[in-house]
Amino acid sequence: MTDRVSTSDSGAGSLPGRLVAMVEALRGHGMVVGTSETVDAAQVMGVLTLADRDLLREGLAAALIRRTGQRRVFDAVFDVYFPAAVGARTSVREDGADDGTASPTARPRGVDDVRDDLVEALAQGGREALEDVAAAAVDALGAIQAGSGPGAAGAGWSARQTLEQLRPQTAIVRALAQRGSTAGFGERLDRDEVRRDVERFRELVQTEASRRTAEVRGRDRVAKYAVRPDASQVEFLAASREQVLELRRTVQPLARRLATRLSARRRRRNRGQVDIRRTLRRSMSYGGVPLNPVFEHRRKARPELVLLCDTSGSVAGFAGFTMLLVQALRDQFSKVRVFAFVNHTDEVTELVTGGEADPAALAERIAANANVAPWHASSDYGRALRSFVTRYGAVIGPRTSVLILGDARANHLDPDLDALRDIVGRARRTFWLNPEHESRWGLGDSVAPAYAQIVDMHECRTVDQLSGVVGRLLPV
Amino acid sequence: MSERFASVEDVTDQLAAQGYLASPSVATTVFLADRLDKPLLVEGPAGVGKTELARAVAQATGAGLVRLQCYEGVDEARALYEWNHAKQLLRITSGRGETWDATRDDIFTDEFLLARPLLQAIRSEDPSTLLIDEVDKADLEIEGLLLEVLSDYAITVPELGTLTARHAPFTVLTSNATRELSEALRRRCLFLHIDFPEPDLEERIVRSRVPGVDDTLATSLVRVVNALRRIDLRKAPSVSESIDWARTLLALGAESLDEAVVDETLGVLLKHTDDVARARKHLQLDEADVRR
Repeated sequence: MTDRVSTSDSGAGSLPGRLVAMVEALRGHGMVVGTSETVDAAQVMGVLTLADRDLLREGLAAALIRRTGQRRVFDAVFDVYFPAAVGARTSVREDGADDGTASPTARPRGVDDVRDDLVEALAQGGREALEDVAAAAVDALGAIQAGSGPGAAGAGWSARQTLEQLRPQTAIVRALAQRGSTAGFGERLDRDEVRRDVERFRELVQTEASRRTAEVRGRDRVAKYAVRPDASQVEFLAASREQVLELRRTVQPLARRLATRLSARRRRRNRGQVDIRRTLRRSMSYGGVPLNPVFEHRRKARPELVLLCDTSGSVAGFAGFTMLLVQALRDQFSKVRVFAFVNHTDEVTELVTGGEADPAALAERIAANANVAPWHASSDYGRALRSFVTRYGAVIGPRTSVLILGDARANHLDPDLDALRDIVGRARRTFWLNPEHESRWGLGDSVAPAYAQIVDMHECRTVDQLSGVVGRLLPV
Repeated sequence: MSERFASVEDVTDQLAAQGYLASPSVATTVFLADRLDKPLLVEGPAGVGKTELARAVAQATGAGLVRLQCYEGVDEARALYEWNHAKQLLRITSGRGETWDATRDDIFTDEFLLARPLLQAIRSEDPSTLLIDEVDKADLEIEGLLLEVLSDYAITVPELGTLTARHAPFTVLTSNATRELSEALRRRCLFLHIDFPEPDLEERIVRSRVPGVDDTLATSLVRVVNALRRIDLRKAPSVSESIDWARTLLALGAESLDEAVVDETLGVLLKHTDDVARARKHLQLDEADVRR
């Protein structure tokens, strides 16, 4: 627990210099860190000593972080700029044997030795033991020798190489056997915990590898590339599987924030008649003269929302996320209906709402139960829009807002602009949310510019942009 | 500068004496808030002890707790101060023969000022702890009011001038993040995100709150709760639910956790029916039913 922060290495220079460099890196990852925060952080470093790295981490986090989701980025950047040690770790924890014999890195190690250590650590289930194994693993297995030997440009430490050789998932079964858990309930809990520890181990290896690499290649470079971006800044189209899972976890909190924003806007707009009782009560402040009339809130019919989503492979992640988000927001609207299409439109409201709300299987449920691609598997916007108008045209009324989701890549087929014009003409408002970067609209088979002339098209590459669009545009 | 705590360990010890077991990050941030004289903005899931932290700090430092509970529509008159109009009217009518100047100077004095929580904390003779609870529930305009209080520990009453705090109160703001707080407010505070505690800390919390629970039961209870937190639930069980569950198990006289006990008491931990269903599936409680 009491690693000293190593300040002995050359490079980033003085401590204030390093702090500023770290702040720069945080800004590079989209965190808003002002000068006053940096000054706070410097004060924190003055109050806390550098002797305890964990305390320093918490202290700097208190000063530099401004909202909940930023912690992961902060931790990763902190590890690069304030590493636990320099070079291979030789420190032994707790037992205090500094003769070096007990050190895990003292003797050369093979894959099997490291895996044995990992099994041991998993069986005991302690975080510090895992950290030691991660350090040893990277040291033994992660070195990349580029050019002429260690230290040369291009050399570094690879987490991927380490994990591929070590294959930590193979340790699960052995660790479970060593735990000797009783069959049944306890065993299932054990399995769950060991799996989580393996995930944690992977992260630790990642941290260790980027720490070692930072020494070879310079911190700024590593901080720029090795830190995974915050979930709200991940592009929908480029999201990996884990990122999609992470995104899904942000749906509920995001929906709650959006709901507050929408209802605040609704409140401000719905000014009605004078509320006599409250006006009189307030007039007491002015000796009975009603200077400040209080208005009643007028209850207005809530708007209806129709969501029309392209669920073909390329944009399915974006469509799925938005469907879940809109579903979570459903009490903000009087009616929400969701339609999906690839080259034919079908209603999927039931599937999205469905009692067994398992978001992971949403895409499969749509593919299995809805008729979205009767002929072939590639998207056809013209046909899909036309089938929406003919089958569900009556759904759209003067109170309906329509959100169309898709990349507008029509596979060189007829875009059928008239069908879209028809939808726009009937609805109160229509928006098109496009997960592609605006600069790519119109390239290749994209018909985005043509559609954009008819309908309000917005770029929606990240959760941040999506929540901005939803919170700002939707009528209340 | 006020120094309520000597070191980070001192914070941990003093809070523990009040029955609040602080994680290192909580202790460090409380210590810094004290040293840097900055308010503390606490965010985190419901039921991890955000409000409890303020209470524990108040008790540990022996400072009175002044609490402002925010809600939609809380205004200046509820948060800062209000003139006691009725009393002012009485004063005016009772002093018939007086000149206008005398009356005017008299009715805008302390006697007619009703101090609301923020003013109370600022004017308090003794050191105080100010808790601004669920600040995200309040309207955006209130944040503007808070800025002066939080950065200078001062309140300006137009008729009286600026009142500055005798002792800067230890200030804690809590938020459930239903709304984005403004940057200006965030910048004035140290930020603390309290998450679900590490398993061994949670175990200690459960044992200290529910003294009758033995070690093995507490351990397995915390393990089940942690397993549940890892799956996608609408409302993950928090520390207060763990404590409730421990109490329930104690009341039922359960000595160890097995499928049947967990199955019967899952309703204490989870508040939504589909959460219960998902948890049963994850822990494979259904299969156990079949086997029995």
